[in-house]
Amino acid sequence: MKRRELISGVAAGLAMPAIARAQGARVLKFVPQANLSSMDAVAGTQYVVRNAALMVWDTLYGVNAKLEPQPQMCEGHEASPDLKTWTFKLRPGLKFHDGGAVTTRDVIASLERWMVRDTMGQMIKGRLDALEAIDDRIFRFRLNKPFAKMLFALGKNNAPVALIMPERIAKTDPFKLISEYVGSGPMKFNTSEWVPGSKAVFEKFADYSVRPEAGEWLAGGKRMYFDRVEWLIPSDAATAGAALQNGEVDWWETPLPDLVPLLKRNRNINLDISDPLGNIGSLRFNHLQPPFNDVRARRAVLMALSQADYMQAVVGDNPDLWKESASYFTPGTAAYTDAGGEILKGKRDIDGAKKLLAEAGLLGAKVTLVVAMDVAITKAEGEVTADLLKKIGFDVDFVATDWGTVGARRAKKDPPSQGGWNIFHTWHAGADCVNPAPYTALDAGGDKAWFGWPKSDGVQKAIADWYDAPDAAAEKAAMAAINRLSFENVTYAPTGFFLMYQAWRSNVTGVVKAPFPVFWGVQKS
Amino acid sequence: MWAYAIRRIIATIPVMGIVALFVFSLLYLAPGDPAAIIAGDQATPADVERIRASLGLDRPFLVRFLEWLWNVLNGDLGVSIFTNLPVAHMIKQRIEPTLSLMVLTLTFAISFAVPMGVVAAWKQGKWVDRLVMVVAVLGFSVPVFVVGYVLAYTFALQLDWFPVQGYTPITAGLGPWINNLALPAVALGSAFIALLARITRATMLEVLSQDYVRTAKAKGVDQKTILFVHGLKNAAVPIVTIIGLGFAGLIGGAVVTESVFAIPGVGRLVVDAILRRDYPVIQGVVLMFSFVYVIVNLGVDLLYTVFDPRIRY
Repeated sequence: MKRRELISGVAAGLAMPAIARAQGARVLKFVPQANLSSMDAVAGTQYVVRNAALMVWDTLYGVNAKLEPQPQMCEGHEASPDLKTWTFKLRPGLKFHDGGAVTTRDVIASLERWMVRDTMGQMIKGRLDALEAIDDRIFRFRLNKPFAKMLFALGKNNAPVALIMPERIAKTDPFKLISEYVGSGPMKFNTSEWVPGSKAVFEKFADYSVRPEAGEWLAGGKRMYFDRVEWLIPSDAATAGAALQNGEVDWWETPLPDLVPLLKRNRNINLDISDPLGNIGSLRFNHLQPPFNDVRARRAVLMALSQADYMQAVVGDNPDLWKESASYFTPGTAAYTDAGGEILKGKRDIDGAKKLLAEAGLLGAKVTLVVAMDVAITKAEGEVTADLLKKIGFDVDFVATDWGTVGARRAKKDPPSQGGWNIFHTWHAGADCVNPAPYTALDAGGDKAWFGWPKSDGVQKAIADWYDAPDAAAEKAAMAAINRLSFENVTYAPTGFFLMYQAWRSNVTGVVKAPFPVFWGVQKS
Repeated sequence: MWAYAIRRIIATIPVMGIVALFVFSLLYLAPGDPAAIIAGDQATPADVERIRASLGLDRPFLVRFLEWLWNVLNGDLGVSIFTNLPVAHMIKQRIEPTLSLMVLTLTFAISFAVPMGVVAAWKQGKWVDRLVMVVAVLGFSVPVFVVGYVLAYTFALQLDWFPVQGYTPITAGLGPWINNLALPAVALGSAFIALLARITRATMLEVLSQDYVRTAKAKGVDQKTILFVHGLKNAAVPIVTIIGLGFAGLIGGAVVTESVFAIPGVGRLVVDAILRRDYPVIQGVVLMFSFVYVIVNLGVDLLYTVFDPRIRY
């Protein structure tokens, strides 16, 4: 070996830790809320899939932290005064990850697929005369009825999101999952490194056309400071916590509330609320089957239900993490209302609930409560409900099972004795409950409504009024009517508003509060 | 012997067929719906129904079973309902970590348990024997996941000697490979060591009381030769049987260990698939596990002839 080779070899060896550190700063290791088992945020509405998809696919518009839609892939738009014609122009130079240019053909195919699956999309489709390409960069909606919420529909963060994909992929049946993951977002999905249930890798898209504005949620410049974002999926929360403490991961989206005190004691870890819009717990009734086909039975549960009991079971004693809310809508948002929510306020009335059930001849009625025990939130909610139902005089059949089974069983309209159900639990992301548009659980359209099939013409009319509201005051009035009528009908029982933490290593900066993990703007030293 | 081996391999075909039918029927009868999981919580019942139809899950049992069986016979295990990836590809991605964990666990367990059992038998009733039995009882009594958490807390979080989670392929070097798998292998091996040490001790006690051992001692053969050449070789048949049977236990334990240490192995793949009702993946993995189990048992049967030449097939 020559002297120079020896010196350069030693120097390289000494420099290796620094090189490794520099490389480490370009890789973000992230633990998502759940396993990423598919990559189609149009065919499916799982939040974890939506979160991954938002890195890979871009949107025409994107909401900021005030939920105001801002131009994203679009340069801008023109709306006719009657709001029946909407013309959009794409920014120049937009490219897909495979090198192809983004054209209006891709946009139209993507929107056509999305409109089949999304509630707001269906609303547009229902009043659509034509969706047409004027040229490669300009396209137009021609509607037969005004649609004031067009920009929100195209820029909302609720799944299904109006993601833009190449035409060949967007032609996939909206009820089938896509198998090619090519978008025009800031990160490319590395299919070859995807090990579902363990790891997903996203790589920086060099040709991404970043907007000049500062990034905020889905709006503005999505500046990525990482070459790679690795999603690591430990199936065990304790392992995720240990990996974060050990520096093996940088950011954990939803630490288990039980582990939060431990993480707070570690000075290398920061904790903060992840999503300011939080979540609303839900006790869902089956409106088709006795006893909850009788509104008195549903009201009896509401009279006795203590949101504090539910919330303490779900997130613990930390009062920063929950609040009581006599509303179907997200607290703290502009259109929030608790009109008609008196039944959930004040001292809980167990005796009154019993009396109401007695009047209805339902004391001692059997209730099949189906509880997903593998999901901490539904397990906690289910146990509180079982206790509540017994206290007010129901005979509870507690069916402890897993989420996969609940998912199948809740679709059955049969009586509980034939595989159906009376109550199941879930929760709704606050971002989905800011208004009626993304809020499928609030729909009271009977057979076509969400599981439980609530029916109330009053609620449906109030929702329609909201869609057609010409201004903010009219929207607010419609929201108040929806809330009041939903409580009268007891569409479902809101079990309280709760927040979750996110945790990240102190060498990571730029983590923001949002309904989804915002990777743009995040850096690591 | 070769004719026997070929006969046994042919006999696996009906076994695999029965396993396939059993697993398929079980999944058909079990509650749960992958369409509901794909659709997500916001989807309407009508959406879920459309997805179910697009996946072909609304077709009759027999049609689905025969179609799957035909594809399997043609070497196609199908495609995951969720990822759209071929099941064979998903198993291939996961097989190396699981095999690595098994091999390291078996190596670790055999190299500790067999000498422990031999020494315990040799020193029957002494403190060494009692110590080995205490270790064995502990190994049996403490669940794998508890051992895993204690090891991770002590050696990864507190001492920082090993990583908490993950897997490094052997192609990245023997050191990193062992470093990642050391704690999981110890955790998974703990119960197996206990079982193997007890069986070795019991078998050795029986062998050491035989006349030929007394004769060897009278002839002045040294203790090491008596124990490890004359004794252990004749005690090997039950020990090898337990190693073979223990393999099934290790497969079960690997599911837990892989979860605790976030190892991307087949165990985690099948658990995730069961939770999501990803039928093609569950069927593929169970079929593969059954095949491996049958082959391991065949290997054990053939090994008998090596340790005991009187055994002929």
